[in-house]
Amino acid sequence: MLEKSFSAVTAFIQGVGHRVNGALQRLGFAARFFVMILVYSGQSFRRLHLTIREIYFSGFQSLLIILVSGLFIGLVLGMQGYETLQRYGSSDALGVLVALSLVRELGPVVAALLFASRAGSSITAEIGLMKATEQLTAMDMMAVNPIARVVAPRFWGGVISMPLLAALFSAVGVFGGYLIGVVFIGVDEGAFWSQMQGSVDFRYDIWNGIVKSFVFGVAVSLIAVFEGFDAVPTAEGVSASIKRTVVNSALAILALDFVLTSFMFRGL
Amino acid sequence: MNRKLLDLWVGFFVVLGFVALLFLALRVGNVSSANFSGTYQLTAKFDNIGGLKVRGPVKSAGVVVGRVSEIRLDPTAYEAVVTLTIDNRFQFPKDTFASILTAGLLGEQYVGLDAGGDEKMLKNGDVFGKTQSAVVLEKLISQFMFNKASEGTSQ
Repeated sequence: MLEKSFSAVTAFIQGVGHRVNGALQRLGFAARFFVMILVYSGQSFRRLHLTIREIYFSGFQSLLIILVSGLFIGLVLGMQGYETLQRYGSSDALGVLVALSLVRELGPVVAALLFASRAGSSITAEIGLMKATEQLTAMDMMAVNPIARVVAPRFWGGVISMPLLAALFSAVGVFGGYLIGVVFIGVDEGAFWSQMQGSVDFRYDIWNGIVKSFVFGVAVSLIAVFEGFDAVPTAEGVSASIKRTVVNSALAILALDFVLTSFMFRGL
Repeated sequence: MNRKLLDLWVGFFVVLGFVALLFLALRVGNVSSANFSGTYQLTAKFDNIGGLKVRGPVKSAGVVVGRVSEIRLDPTAYEAVVTLTIDNRFQFPKDTFASILTAGLLGEQYVGLDAGGDEKMLKNGDVFGKTQSAVVLEKLISQFMFNKASEGTSQ
């Protein structure tokens, strides 16, 4: 009896150890993979059109969803913000509320979440299918490095696109807030812009937002290319790795956002 | 896809992104007031700073001339020591008066500078001679009530 329960406990501990080992191994592989991407970046930048092509696919083609979501988030922020602020008779501060929440948080975070599901998943699917159909192996056979030829351009395409998309998201969102606040509700236009300009600092608010979106871009692109490269080369394996890309990217974005915010905005 | 067309769209995307950044920097934020070309530091001691915050504005005649860069308590005199970072373009006379004012009824608090008539100017690291602390609403009200009460007894 005692022996039986003892062996159950060892089996449990063994299971935990096995999982931790597996997770650590994947993490180590991801870190080595990241270094490999950086090492082979120079080689892939020599054929710049590869990266430009990826900026087109992950950046330009995400424009529509980013712009539309940004506009709607700005509209909703304008309405909700006005609804709350007018209770305290300070609806002039609507511009500040809309601009600060977009530039600091919503712009980088929501744009990165959209980017992960729109572009990250398709990068994973593409690389995973390439692996499943043995195109990556074929490249290796022809002495073409698949990391320099396939992975690095997609990674840098995402890293370059992400801050631009986040800036566009924030800008369109501010315009949406302006549309609701000034055009529809009738907040004073001068107060809307001047209060906004008075409280949004370039170095403190806007620059920190750009830094955030750059970090998210690195995280999402790395997760996307890694999951694709690491996919089990079957239909099932590719679908599982796409799922992991979306889930892990979202978790990484939110966790990184918390860490970055606690370093950047401590309220002094 | 044609490579030239691809370049065109990517260029369009990148330019659009930078236009958005420029819009954020110039229209939403305020670059000009964020980084002064050169600055110098002045110190002012107040009995009470009210709700003054670090990074709060320093204004002279309503124009922003600097920012509050540090607030600390002098542990011996129990006074608040406020360090102000002022733009080099603006020089103030030695007898300038520093007071803590409030923008609007419930707005943020800022440091107001009223220039004096002295010919010597304040230099980096100087301390303001004359200051006026923040008006604390509760003290004002209690003073008012006290005056009213004393008026009542004298009659």
